[in-house]
Amino acid sequence: MSKESNAKSLSMIVTKGTLDWAYPPFILATTAAAMGLDVTMFFTFYGLTLLKKRLNLKVSPLGNAAMEMPMLGMHIGMPNLVSALPGVDAAATAMMKNLIKRKGVASIEELRTTALESDVKMIACQMTMDLFEYKLEDMIEGPVLGGAATYIETATKSEINLFI
Amino acid sequence: MADQVLDAKGLNCPLPILRAKKALKDVAVGGTLEVLATDPGAVKDFEAFCRATGNELLASKSDGKVFSFVIKRTS
Repeated sequence: MSKESNAKSLSMIVTKGTLDWAYPPFILATTAAAMGLDVTMFFTFYGLTLLKKRLNLKVSPLGNAAMEMPMLGMHIGMPNLVSALPGVDAAATAMMKNLIKRKGVASIEELRTTALESDVKMIACQMTMDLFEYKLEDMIEGPVLGGAATYIETATKSEINLFI
Repeated sequence: MADQVLDAKGLNCPLPILRAKKALKDVAVGGTLEVLATDPGAVKDFEAFCRATGNELLASKSDGKVFSFVIKRTS
């Protein structure tokens, strides 16, 4: 965060890396930036996958009792026993991506690019890089490496701090 | 007539706002941008966007299918 800025600010801890959970942080970050806020996103644990150059995001109905897809004029949920079968995650992911396209919802790639273009600051958790053995060359350009202290310093100066 | 028109029909939250923000950069200060959208959530969102950014929402109307927002760039 620049010291000379008088703008309000938003910081977020991004901990989840599935296709569905990738949306809230990127939607809020891009919108806040569009509304003039200084935005910082701290990507840690599974959230760090969202900074990979090649995104291969998936969604799983397993253990997600609230997930119901509009299908054949109704909403269909999935019992865990069925969700656990091979191929079900892939089918659910394909269905979700199809819905996203059909409903005019942005792709995560587009939101991420917009976030970078609107000067959203991104911090990639160094510890998670080590833990999951991610390589720098697999990650997009833009984010800086940092740790908990880097995030906390930003959070103490921000009006809004979210954990997602 | 607005100085520029942005067609955001068929786009869902938050794309109409993000596209409008981008389009406003090409509008001169004091000029106007008309955004066309089909997302019903855009009505409240453009009010909030304009309040937060200080731009002026000159008009917000709907013909039942398409919403139209006229924004005056103030800075």
